[in-house]
Amino acid sequence: MKIPSSIWTLLIGILLTLVSLWYGQNHGLLPTAASDEATLVDGLFNAMMTVSIGIFLLVEGILIYSAFKYRRRAGDNADGLPVHGNVPLEILWTAVPAIIVIGISIYSFDVYNEMGGFDPHAMHSSPATPQAMKMPGTAIAATLNDTPLTTEPNLNQEKSDEAMQDPATAAVRNADQIPQKQNAPGVGIVSPTLGSTPENQGKAPNLVVNVTALQYAWIFTYPDTGVTSGELHVPIGHEVEMNMTANDVIHAFWVPEFRLKQDVIPGRQTEISFTPSKAGEYTLICAELCGPYHGAMRTQVVVETQDAFDQWIKEQLVASTEDLKQAVAANPAELSPSEFLAHYTTEMGIHPEILHQIHK
Amino acid sequence: MTQAQLQEKANSPALIEEPGLRNWRDYFSFNTDHKVIGIQYLVTTFIFYCIGGVLADLVRTELRTPESDFVSPELYNSLFTLHATIMIFLWIVPAGAGFANFLLPLMIGAKDMAFPRLNAVAFWMIPPAGLLLISSLVVGDAPDAGWTSYPPLSLVTGQVGEGIWIMSVLLLGTSSILGAINFLVTLIKMRTPGMGFHQMPLFCWAMLATSALVLVSTPVLAAGLILLAFDLIAGTTFFNPTGGGDPVVYQHMFWFYSHPAVYIMILPFFGVISEVIPVHSRKPIFGYKAIAYSSLAISFLGLIVWAHHMFTSGIPGWLRMFFMITTMIIAVPTGIKIFSWLGTMWGGKIRLNSAMLFAMSFVGVFVIGGISGVMLAAVPFDIHVHDTYFVVAHLHYVLFGGSVLGIFAAIYHWFPKITGRMLNEFWGQVHCALTFIGLNMTFLPMHKLGMMGMNRRIAQYDPKFTFLNEICTYGAYILAVSTFPFIINAIWSWMYGPKAGNNPWQALTLEWMTTSPPAIENFDKPPVLATGPYDYGLERARESVPLSDPDPVLSADTNSVLRAKPDEPYPAIVAEKEQ
Repeated sequence: MKIPSSIWTLLIGILLTLVSLWYGQNHGLLPTAASDEATLVDGLFNAMMTVSIGIFLLVEGILIYSAFKYRRRAGDNADGLPVHGNVPLEILWTAVPAIIVIGISIYSFDVYNEMGGFDPHAMHSSPATPQAMKMPGTAIAATLNDTPLTTEPNLNQEKSDEAMQDPATAAVRNADQIPQKQNAPGVGIVSPTLGSTPENQGKAPNLVVNVTALQYAWIFTYPDTGVTSGELHVPIGHEVEMNMTANDVIHAFWVPEFRLKQDVIPGRQTEISFTPSKAGEYTLICAELCGPYHGAMRTQVVVETQDAFDQWIKEQLVASTEDLKQAVAANPAELSPSEFLAHYTTEMGIHPEILHQIHK
Repeated sequence: MTQAQLQEKANSPALIEEPGLRNWRDYFSFNTDHKVIGIQYLVTTFIFYCIGGVLADLVRTELRTPESDFVSPELYNSLFTLHATIMIFLWIVPAGAGFANFLLPLMIGAKDMAFPRLNAVAFWMIPPAGLLLISSLVVGDAPDAGWTSYPPLSLVTGQVGEGIWIMSVLLLGTSSILGAINFLVTLIKMRTPGMGFHQMPLFCWAMLATSALVLVSTPVLAAGLILLAFDLIAGTTFFNPTGGGDPVVYQHMFWFYSHPAVYIMILPFFGVISEVIPVHSRKPIFGYKAIAYSSLAISFLGLIVWAHHMFTSGIPGWLRMFFMITTMIIAVPTGIKIFSWLGTMWGGKIRLNSAMLFAMSFVGVFVIGGISGVMLAAVPFDIHVHDTYFVVAHLHYVLFGGSVLGIFAAIYHWFPKITGRMLNEFWGQVHCALTFIGLNMTFLPMHKLGMMGMNRRIAQYDPKFTFLNEICTYGAYILAVSTFPFIINAIWSWMYGPKAGNNPWQALTLEWMTTSPPAIENFDKPPVLATGPYDYGLERARESVPLSDPDPVLSADTNSVLRAKPDEPYPAIVAEKEQ
């Protein structure tokens, strides 16, 4: 009995859908999800993977089928059928991908919003106002032009000054040597952010950490307590805000388990907020090429309970008071950067030679 | 009578001309023949491909182990910087220009390019620029800030090398602009009478789109690099934050060229595939106009997606959304092409020779790069995988699985026309199989590496990634080995291969309507279009060859002003009388 081709098509379609759905959920390509944001990103990726596998199998299937079924037989030198096109079919394969990418765009938009990409309360991003949107090219000008267009306060500068109020942060940053970018009106953003998730917007974050990146180390200062550390400790289940800038070249803050990445740029204050959801030790990686030892610029991120976190802060405070007693004899302003940073960096296991190279 | 016989009959005068054999010295001189220049481009760029490949294998050897133990970290950074720069600016971009040089005048029935001397100048800028670039490896202070060369890093490390790198890329960019002007003028003004835009082969459409893109975007890169050179040499602070400059502005200027550059590198090979597949499937191309216009759509959209390389750097949230949507939309015209190629093969009589196997590998592998491209466009996912091996995997699937397979498909397809001799089929298939295996082994595991947490441009990595990296490295060695059957095959066949004849594939486009290799001035009389470029299986001539398209903008008649003899009577009319 000959099975009609419509049945075959249906069966293959069902099989393709089932395989795609299964693989979309069981690809095992992503590490543990350790933040609320990570769960959102994984949902988006699984959806994209499902569609992708379907398209991939369809294209490869047709290709391999054609190679066998329509290969030229020996001795057959005639031409194939003169089919120049098929308008309904062409409309179909234009429309279906268009609908798919629009669907993915909408889903991505939603996830991005959930992650806090449009947080109007994030330090820098006063949202685009209607007048500002009407001015031609304002938005691009905001990112391209550093001439102050109005006398509005420089939010980037304010943010930097605020961070420098904290003595521990001021000790590791060189913000006084790098002019901070000026904002443009309306758009107001020179530094991209991932702000609070919609439900947390407008609330003060549970914990603020100032992050300073330099070749090839991360320095975390906790302004609430004055702690300085080479590894990042955060309590589980509460939103934390990272205020970041770099002292020398561009670096990027990346924790694969959090699915979050943000460039850390000298002269700009970038901000990223997230809620750790799973205790454990993860690796923080510098993801932007920053020099020969870029691959070694990594440190630990510890996600722990509030109690363990408080305990850790306490230990750090004891340690740093001892440091302060030692440091009190010398005026920080008179020290060279490498002398000043020496004891922080030895704690973090960085070679003095590397430090010397940076500041030579 | 098949279509090929019809077309050959109409063009029989050209087919009995003497093949244009040249002295070997012509290939080492400032020759203005577009065919000589085409071969000069292709051979030169292939040499640079081999050099870039050696660098790639050195990079992969370092990455075989998690420690930085093969070369110094500084040298490692220089190796991948030069690997990328060579492969982009000295291999894929000029290889596309090489095929365009050889094929465009033949395909449109012209005697040469519009500006032959300019054409030679464009080529002769490449060897010195390439040597300059490679010399930067030996000056002791090699460029090591990646091919993206982001300040402030590029301003503080490898400064001498960085200066040389900028100089070299500026020269190569200029060469590319000169080539693009030539292609545009030639295509618009020198088509044979009777060939409107809609009778042009699709490779010509692809080059039209590519050249427009080169002209619009390359000057912006040049401007960015000149400003960077000022920062580097004269101590200005356009991009240097310590003096109030803005490193993010450089990224905008760089990517305004370097994203379109991706399309500059892939569009010509979309064109190649659109030629190879119908010839070897013996069927008309499915959806000629859809493929032609989708090239233009890609070219236009390619100009407004650049900031998707900067989702984690310095652009506001809603601008990220804008660039996400434009990037996603590019998948639509690209999808049209892929489905049209599949439609062309469906129901055909496919000759599974080396050219076709490379073309089919192109379709099968490129689709992976296309899919991962859509994933990368989604901002939340890109934030996770930006600057990781996922991106490395994606770009190699597009540029190796796309452009390089396209180049090989083109070589196997047009080698008989270029040299007058056939390549060995068996070794061609060995080459194709090894390349296919090697490329998937090298680049497929990188997707997983990137998502699991391996960032790019690092000499040392987390030991848990060792196994997958070993697979990648052995795959890269297979790719290196795969080149040898090709090189030996090409050299041997060029000297001793069996004679190809004028039209070994029974193709319809005009480059096959002359001798192999073509006569010095291509066509003594303007060639005749007895049939469209893809009318396989029709078994009849066109009722009349349209002298010009009803739309005056698309027509080619007396406006072919740059032709050698613009006042010649129209051969198309003669053809019509013969019916």
